[in-house]
Amino acid sequence: MKHKSSTDLLQFTPKGIWCPPADVYIDPWRPVKKAMITHGHADHSRYGHRSYLASTTAGPAIKYRLGDINLQTINFGEKINVNGVQFSFHPAGHILGSAQIRVEHKGEVWVASGDYKLEDDGLAEAFEPVKCHTFITESTFGLPVYDWQPQEAVFADINDWWRKNAAEGKVSFITGYSLGKAQRILQGLDSSIGKIYTHGAVENINEVMRLQGIPLPDTIRVTGDISSKDYPTNLVLAPPSALNSAWMKKFKPISIAIASGWMTLRGARRRKAVERGFVLSDHVDWKDLNKAIEATEASRVIVTHGYTSIYTKYLLELGLDAEAAQTEFTGESIDEDDTPSDEKDTTL
Amino acid sequence: MKNFAELFTQLDQTTKTLKKVAALVDFFERANDEDRLWAIAILSHRRPKRTVKTSLMRVWAAELAGVPLWLFEESYHVVGDLAETIALVLPPPTTRHDASLSDWIAVIKSLEKQEDALKKEVVVKAWEGMAYPERFVFNKLITGGFRVGVSQKLMMRALAQFEGQEENSIAHRLMGNWTPDNTTYEELIRSENPLDDVSRPYPFYLAYALESEPATLGDPANWQVERKWDGIRGQVIVREGNLFVWSRGEELVTDKFPEYHHLADLLPDGTVIDGEILPYKAGQPLTFNVLQTRIGRKNVTKKILESAPVVLMCYDLLELEGEDLRTRPLQQRRKLLEKVVKENPSEVLLLSEVIQFSEWEQTAEERANSRQHLSEGLMIKKLDSSYRSGRKKGDWWKWKIDPLTIDAVMIYAQQGHGRRANLYTDYTFAVWNDEELVPFTKAYSGLTDKEFNKITAWVRKNTKERFGPVRSVKPELVFEIAFEGINASSRHKSGVALRFPRMLRWRTDKKIEEANTLADLKSMLELYG
Repeated sequence: MKHKSSTDLLQFTPKGIWCPPADVYIDPWRPVKKAMITHGHADHSRYGHRSYLASTTAGPAIKYRLGDINLQTINFGEKINVNGVQFSFHPAGHILGSAQIRVEHKGEVWVASGDYKLEDDGLAEAFEPVKCHTFITESTFGLPVYDWQPQEAVFADINDWWRKNAAEGKVSFITGYSLGKAQRILQGLDSSIGKIYTHGAVENINEVMRLQGIPLPDTIRVTGDISSKDYPTNLVLAPPSALNSAWMKKFKPISIAIASGWMTLRGARRRKAVERGFVLSDHVDWKDLNKAIEATEASRVIVTHGYTSIYTKYLLELGLDAEAAQTEFTGESIDEDDTPSDEKDTTL
Repeated sequence: MKNFAELFTQLDQTTKTLKKVAALVDFFERANDEDRLWAIAILSHRRPKRTVKTSLMRVWAAELAGVPLWLFEESYHVVGDLAETIALVLPPPTTRHDASLSDWIAVIKSLEKQEDALKKEVVVKAWEGMAYPERFVFNKLITGGFRVGVSQKLMMRALAQFEGQEENSIAHRLMGNWTPDNTTYEELIRSENPLDDVSRPYPFYLAYALESEPATLGDPANWQVERKWDGIRGQVIVREGNLFVWSRGEELVTDKFPEYHHLADLLPDGTVIDGEILPYKAGQPLTFNVLQTRIGRKNVTKKILESAPVVLMCYDLLELEGEDLRTRPLQQRRKLLEKVVKENPSEVLLLSEVIQFSEWEQTAEERANSRQHLSEGLMIKKLDSSYRSGRKKGDWWKWKIDPLTIDAVMIYAQQGHGRRANLYTDYTFAVWNDEELVPFTKAYSGLTDKEFNKITAWVRKNTKERFGPVRSVKPELVFEIAFEGINASSRHKSGVALRFPRMLRWRTDKKIEEANTLADLKSMLELYG
C-alpha cells in the first residue's frame, strides 16, 4: 500500500477508507464509530460499527442483514455536513440503493464508488457520473476480455434455455447472488413459461424489496411441503452456495446454469461443469470501466479490488495519476455469494 | 464454419454424453463430406499444419482491440487460452462470412509460404466477419490444441450412429496414417475394405486400474497375470513385407526403432503383435528415463542404440496370416503368440512371462517385488477375453504398485490453462538442504477443485514476488508428492528427476520443518534409481 501523502482527503487504513477531517469511514472492514456504506453486500457492509449511513433504498436490505444496527439513511443527491466535510450519495447502478459517495472538503472532491455498473438494469437506480479530482474505482472485470451484452440479449438466452428445459420436462436451476443479481434475473424472466421457485436466501431479499414497493414477479419459496414432482418445467432461482448442495438434489431432472460475469471465460464454465453460463454482471465491463473513469474527469484514480495492478499500469500509461490500493473488498466471487452463512440452506 | 462453431458451442454447453453424441450426429447430418472429414480429423487430433505464428496473431489482435500488447498478454494469462483471448478482445464483427469449415482450412493452408503482411490481411479479414464462436474455432484451427470437451471415442460413437456401422469398425477405420489430404470421407468411412491401408493398426485395448483386491475377481483359474512393463505400448505390424511400428498415441514410430527393422523379413506377412517397446540390456529392463531420452532425439545414433537398445515385450497377437484374431479368447491368442515368437526367434522379441499362481495372495507377493523387476505392477487379464478397443472395464485390469512419496514445500505457483485458467494449479516444490529449500519438481494434478480454490486464495494473499505468470509464495504449505520413479539428472539443481510426479495430498497437518530433505531424495535415488 502506498500512502501518497497524509493530506489525502480519503486514506486507506487497516480499518478501511478513512476521511480524517470528518473521522468517517467508507465501507470499513473493521469496527469504527461512523461508517458510510455504499451497498449491502457483505464485503462492503459489515457488523460492528457504532453508526451507519446508507442510501434510503439500500437501507432495508442492510438492516435486514445486519439486524439491530444504528442506521440512518439519506436520499440520493442530499448533502450532509460532518465537521466541515460535505458528503453526498449518488447512484452507482450496482444493485438497488447502491451508491457512490462524494466527499468534498475545501474545494477538493473525491468519489468512492464501491461497486458499480453503467447499464441501467431497471432495478438499481441508474449510474450517475460524478465529476471529481480523485476517483476510487473497483476493477473486478478490468481486462479487455470482459465485454457485456445488453441485458435484454442475456435474458432472451436465459428464457430460451428455460423454455427448452420446460419442453424436455426439466427443472431450470439458475444461480445468482441473493441480493441484487437474483432480483435482476427475476425481472428478466418470462413468467409465462412456468412458475418461479426461490431459495430461502433469495426469497428473504425479495420480501424486503417488495416491502420497499419494488414490483417483482410472483415467486414461490421452496419448502419441504412442495412435492418434488411440482418442480419440473419450472425454474428455481438460488444463490451460488446452493450449487451441488444437498438442497439442490431434490430438483430433477435438472439443467443447471450460473449467471455471472465470470462465465465469460470458458475455463470457468468448464470448471463449474454446469450446462449453461450466462454472462450477467453487476460490475462494469472493460469499456464501461474506462468510460466511467473518463466521465469523472478525475486526474487521480485509485484502483481497488480486481485486476488492481494491471489496471493501474494501464491508467498510468494513459497519463493518469493512478495507484493501486489494498482493501478487503472481494467484488464478484465465482465460488461464493454474498449470502451470510446463517442464511444458507435455510429451507429444505 | 457456422455449423462447426455451433457444434462446438453445443458440445461446450453440456456435460451429458448423450447430448454431445446427438449434437455430433446432427452435425454429421448437415455437413458435406469435406466438412465431415475435417471435423473427424480435428476431433482425432489431425489438425492442419500451423501456417501463422501465434506471436503475430497476438500482435494483430492487440492492435485491433486497441490495447497495448502487454495488456493483451496479461489477459491471456488470466484466460489461459490464446484462441479464446483473441476471440474475446476483438471488436464486434463488421460483416458476416459464409465460408465452410473446409473452406477456412484451405485458406489457412494457403498462407504457408506467404509474407507476413498478406497473412495479416487474410486473418484480420477473417476475424472481421465472424462472431465469437467462429473466431474461437478459427483461431483454434491455427493454434491447435483443440480440446472441445468431446473425446475421440464420442466422436466415433456419433459417426457409427450416423453411418449405421459398428463402433469398433469406425474406430479401426480411423486408425493409422490418413490425413484429409490423402483420403476422402467416402474412402475412409464407406469403402468396402478398410484394410487397404497395410499400415493400419488396430485400436489398442486399454485396462482400467484395479481398485479393490484381486480376490474380488473370483476364481484365479480364470485369469492370466503378467508384469506391467514401463516402456511405450506399441503395435508391430508386418504386412506385404513392410514393417510398421505404432505407439499407443497413434504415432507411426517405425523409424525410431531400427532394432525392429529385421522383423519385416522375419515375421510372416499378416502378423500384428501388441507389446511394450522396452529399453532392455543384458537380460534386464532399463528405466523409462533411458527411453525418454532416446525418443527426444531426432536421429537414432549408434551411441543411442548401444546405450538404450529396445526389445518388444510381446503381450498379445492381434493378427496372424492376415486373419483378425481379436474376437478369439485370450487363451488361444496367447498360444498362437507363443508359437510365433518361438518359430521366429529374434533377440528383440521377448515373450511377456505369465506368472503362475493358484491363490490371489501369491499375486500380491509378486506385485510387492515389482520394483526389483523394474516393472510397474501387474496386469490381470481374463483368459476368455477378446481384444476389445479402447478402455473397457471388466476383462483387463492393471494393478500398479503404490507410488513413492515425499513431503515437500510449495515455493512457486502458476495459473493453469483450460478449465483451470484463473486458478493457481501448477506448483513448484522444494525439499530442505540444510537451511535452504531446493526446488526438485513441479506438479499439477491430484488435488480436488475445492482444494485448488482454497490454495488459489492463499497464493493471492501470500505472494512474495511475481515473475510474469509465476508467483513465488511464502513457504508454508506442505504436500505429499507421489511419483513412479526417480533418476539422476544433471539438468536439475536438485540432481534428480521424477517420473509422473503429482500431489497425493495436501498435508495441512504438517509444518514446513517437517518436509523431507534432499538427502532423503538422494537415498531414494540410490534405492530405486
